[in-house]
Amino acid sequence: MLSVLQPKVGIVSCSGEELAQGTVARLATLKVLHELRPTHTVTICLPLFLAGGEGDREFARFHPTITVDGCDLRCAARGTEMYSGKPTASVVVDDLVAAAGLAPPEGRRALNDAGKLAVTLVAERIARLVDDVLDRRQRASPAAPSPAPGGGDPDPPSCSCRSRRGPA
Amino acid sequence: MTGTAPQVVVIPCSGIGKTYGSVAREAAYDLCEDLRPEGTTLVALAKLVLGEEEARERVRSCPAVTIDGCKLMCASKLVTHSGGRVAHEVAVLDVYRRHKELKPEGIGELNEGGLKLARVLAEEVAGVVDEIRRTGTAAGVGHA
Repeated sequence: MLSVLQPKVGIVSCSGEELAQGTVARLATLKVLHELRPTHTVTICLPLFLAGGEGDREFARFHPTITVDGCDLRCAARGTEMYSGKPTASVVVDDLVAAAGLAPPEGRRALNDAGKLAVTLVAERIARLVDDVLDRRQRASPAAPSPAPGGGDPDPPSCSCRSRRGPA
Repeated sequence: MTGTAPQVVVIPCSGIGKTYGSVAREAAYDLCEDLRPEGTTLVALAKLVLGEEEARERVRSCPAVTIDGCKLMCASKLVTHSGGRVAHEVAVLDVYRRHKELKPEGIGELNEGGLKLARVLAEEVAGVVDEIRRTGTAAGVGHA
């Protein structure tokens, strides 16, 4: 019942396998889902917009959505808009890293120190955006329960493909 | 292997919600970086979602091996959707069923079982890649 009452922000990551920035996007998204805002976030695998069903394509209609991209191709943002709905906010790893003056991340398989710093930077940015989105919804619908970022929640962060998160 | 052997594109699923997606990703790195760096090219699935022309052309012109984390088989479906040919598809769960001792856990960071499962999967697929490059097909090994 709690999950019905509490708004969830959808986070869609590019996960780009070819670049270290894709790994940063993926790990930052997971950090938000599992550590920073577990109560108020949910995710979906980007390819499900094409490979899944109509329910998957309605993701951005069900959830205010933040996309997280590794590079300026912006596959997550453009793919989400193309197949599901316009994202509420977007993050590009390259842009945040450059703005913060960090060294470019390296190591798509195992990030270097700059990459790990970038994960923290990007995750914190996503978390602030989650708070902003929920604050705006709260102001628009004052009857809705207020967000409690990082608070305990019996309803765990989940993947919207409705499958289990780990092996049986 | 001859100089004319085709390059094989490897496409893992981008599964972000589940351990099996991380195993798929790790296995693709094992294959493309360690085991068969000369004969394989990794293609990001997100590019096929977007319809990026260079990625689409690559899967149209080269045989593709897909590694999927769940039964939805996003990587395999998207290669076909992009006009490519899936020479071989692998589902992580099928490999895990044959190696129950290697139970994967973790998503952002795989446990030892997950890393070993990825390696086993990659070694199996490396043999298939060799077959594809030798003959142009993966006869008899269409689905792991």
